[in-house]
Amino acid sequence: MANVNLRDVRKVYNQTQVIHGVNVDIDDGEFVVLVGPSGCGKSTLLRMIAGLEEISDGQVHIGSRVVNDMSPKDRDIAMVFQSYALYPHMTVAQNMGFSLQLGGATKADIRVKVEKAAQTLNLEPLLERYPRQLSGGQRQRVAMGRAIVRNPQVFLFDEPLSNLDAKLRVTMRGEIKALHQRLASTMIYVTHDQIEAMTMADKIVVMRDGFVEQVGSPLALYDRPANHFVAGFIGSPGMNFLTGRYSQGAVRTGDLALPVSEPPASANEGRQVIYGIRPENLAIVEEGGLPLVVEVIEPTGAETHVVGHMAGQRITGVFRERVMTRPGDILRVAVDLGKVHLFDHQTEQRIN
Amino acid sequence: MSSQILQLFFGLLALPAVALVIILPGELALRRFPQKRQNSLRPWIWLSPVLALVGLVIAYPLVASIVFSFRDATASKWVGLSNFVWAFGTAMRPVLINNVLWIVVFPLLTALLALSAAIMLDRVRYERIARTFLILPTAMSFVAGAVIWKMMYTYAPPMQPQTGTLNALWTKITGGMPIAWLIDQRVNNYALIFVAVWMSIGVATLILSAGVKNIPRELVEAARIDGAGEWAIFRYVTLPSLWPTILVVLTTQAIFSLKVFDIVYVMTNGSFGTDVIANKMYSELFVKQNLGTASAIAVLLLILASPVIFMNIRQIRSEGGE
Amino acid sequence: MTVVENRETMPVSLQVTSKLTNRLKQIGLHTAVFLLCLVWFTPILSLFVTTFRTESDSSLTGWWYAFVEWRPVLSNYVEAMYLTGVGRSIVNSIVLTIPTVLGTVLFSAIGAFALARMRFRGRTALFLAMVGFQVLPPQLVLVPMLKFFLALGLTGTFVPVWIIEMGLTVPFGIFLLYGFFASIPSDLVEAARIDGASEPRIFFQIILPLSGAVLASLAILQFMIAWNHLLIPLIFLGSGSLSPLTVQVASLAQTNAGGLNTLTAATFISVVVPLVLIVTLQKYFVRGVLGGAVKG
Repeated sequence: MANVNLRDVRKVYNQTQVIHGVNVDIDDGEFVVLVGPSGCGKSTLLRMIAGLEEISDGQVHIGSRVVNDMSPKDRDIAMVFQSYALYPHMTVAQNMGFSLQLGGATKADIRVKVEKAAQTLNLEPLLERYPRQLSGGQRQRVAMGRAIVRNPQVFLFDEPLSNLDAKLRVTMRGEIKALHQRLASTMIYVTHDQIEAMTMADKIVVMRDGFVEQVGSPLALYDRPANHFVAGFIGSPGMNFLTGRYSQGAVRTGDLALPVSEPPASANEGRQVIYGIRPENLAIVEEGGLPLVVEVIEPTGAETHVVGHMAGQRITGVFRERVMTRPGDILRVAVDLGKVHLFDHQTEQRIN
Repeated sequence: MSSQILQLFFGLLALPAVALVIILPGELALRRFPQKRQNSLRPWIWLSPVLALVGLVIAYPLVASIVFSFRDATASKWVGLSNFVWAFGTAMRPVLINNVLWIVVFPLLTALLALSAAIMLDRVRYERIARTFLILPTAMSFVAGAVIWKMMYTYAPPMQPQTGTLNALWTKITGGMPIAWLIDQRVNNYALIFVAVWMSIGVATLILSAGVKNIPRELVEAARIDGAGEWAIFRYVTLPSLWPTILVVLTTQAIFSLKVFDIVYVMTNGSFGTDVIANKMYSELFVKQNLGTASAIAVLLLILASPVIFMNIRQIRSEGGE
Repeated sequence: MTVVENRETMPVSLQVTSKLTNRLKQIGLHTAVFLLCLVWFTPILSLFVTTFRTESDSSLTGWWYAFVEWRPVLSNYVEAMYLTGVGRSIVNSIVLTIPTVLGTVLFSAIGAFALARMRFRGRTALFLAMVGFQVLPPQLVLVPMLKFFLALGLTGTFVPVWIIEMGLTVPFGIFLLYGFFASIPSDLVEAARIDGASEPRIFFQIILPLSGAVLASLAILQFMIAWNHLLIPLIFLGSGSLSPLTVQVASLAQTNAGGLNTLTAATFISVVVPLVLIVTLQKYFVRGVLGGAVKG
């Protein structure tokens, strides 16, 4: 087990920089999720930690060692691939034992370790099967078993659940989390799915276009997104954004005045801002509030999603109560003042 | 005999050893270098056995043949273009004419028959068995094919029993005179070409069959709904879709026509006006012991083959298959 | 629906005709396929039958008389094996072919591995050169190779033949294997790398075991090529005690030494191995031919 530290890590492909000086510190035993839209560089970063991509500049530390020039096998890591990458010509047991065999372990030793890992993952009845005889979920578990067997300092996961169906994904999410709690080793997990990030991570690293946008615990990211991008990326349904001008203690858009609890620190009158409010921070009120013109109502059972517009901008509200309303109605909604996010329109950075 | 067995074991050990002796120690040596350097050096270590082999057997002879073609019979002094003057002179003219005949007739006939076979086989349920019959000759050496067809073409003077299959049929059916297939200069080149066709149909049919099966069924069905008959379907759907595949067959067979040696060597050895480039080269090399003229012929072959070589390269390049 | 209505309104006579033409077309098709197979097989059958006939029978009557009067003899095979040196040639063909096949598959696989799975400058150029080399006339290599191996004193051994046969086929082999190797998911190779496998191990324990079928295709194709080649062994081994079957049969055919029936027996012996292989391993042969065809 070990900490992982990235120091100004850069990646350049044919003169194009795709990772721009990333600095991230991952503590020993931490579960860190790298998340971002496709093409943001999260997989490349993971593969650089694994040693599958050369590091153009900067340093990657695993434990106390700088591993830049080490081959993958010397970095004491294990990786679970999106495609699982199981060797089709080897049985489950052989797949799991391959790294030990290459490391020169004795047959008996390999068997003990493979069986132990198989036990952890309920794979014992499948040990003599070939990957083609397994279901998607079983293959996924074998891929994890192959990683566990090595008892590495760091586990790397590259979108390991995206080939599974929705229901299995939720189950496996839980299994990986449980595994982390049992093994207490450092895990770095790449996904484009912010729900996976939110539910699994101790710490989330949000990336975009090769830059780190924000690093923090899931709830910190949710409650205080550092910028417009993170605010929009984390949370589902996504945060509502209304563009307007700050003036006289409120953000004005169209003929509406959006309330703000305290004036933004650096705000001057007339500044263009983005006003952000999460759907669940809206509440239906009888009187006052803001007018929401209803377009679509989506009852999920537990809660009701109402999609509509306000001052010509799209707004979604999530309400615990069952809302009796029809498209075309106007709903009066109040904003939870403490949960308002303000971003500068130019820099997109948080300003409150 | 024991020397052969010894050589067999030597070959089985030495040939793989040559490759591994480069790669395995090379990999060990690589470990001393940093990761980046390893990645840039490694391809060349792995390529070196192939580069050495292809360099020796293909690249070096390519250059050397060109050099030799400008030198005299023992490759000891420069003779300018005289070998090429000879190669395009009267001595070579009938040989070149024969090869032109091969290059035109052989690919066309093979492609035509193979195309008909591919289309017909696609419509019968016993395709695999029928295909096996067509492939059988492909498995045999051209020497064996030549022996077989020498028998098929056997000629006996009129009124004697015709033991050759073709002449027996010919005299029975038409009542005509038996034909000296391999001697009569009106037919003998075609007789030789047909042997090559007989032996090449299998592969050509395989390739064209794959092409036929690649034509989307919907395309044919759409044409049928549009009112196309069998001929119209062939003309406007099958043929255009197959055209690239047909081209592959034609070029492969054209290259083969340039190289054809075995059939002519066994059946006529180039006599009765059947000589072709490759056999002429063999006789220049071994009978006349003239390295210069033999090399000039080799270069001539190279020049004749180069359009196909460049066509293939361009094809692969445009596929983006690198 | 409209189709059904049309058929009902079609005159009865026309329905019958279209059924009849369909039936005739079917019969025509099957006849054509049958005739094609017959024509293609007859020559082989004639060879086979002749091997069992006596010299005197063959000089008087065609091979098809064997079906009239069936008196098979084995003497032609005995004569071919022991008197004309075919027995020795079988050994020579094996000595020539097996190492060639092994070497070709190994060298092609190593080259294709480097080309398909490594990045380096000149990679595309090298691959295109392999495409070009495939169609080079083998005559081009004769003179320089003869000079080269004469200088080394290796003519009269199998070494030059192995090396030349390998060199002539390896560009094709690389081309054939390249496509397959390139299609192996890179995740698999990277997983092995993380598992601690060195490049040779990835090659031998991951790539090669996954490529069994395509390697078999290359092996069977090269077996056919090497077993059946005449020109190269003719030049480098001569028609003496080292001659393989092709050279031996060709010289029997040219000199007419043992008579027709012995020649046919010798010929049949020379084709029996490839014939059995192509029938039993047809799947691999077909895959090799199709994989190697430069597609349009």
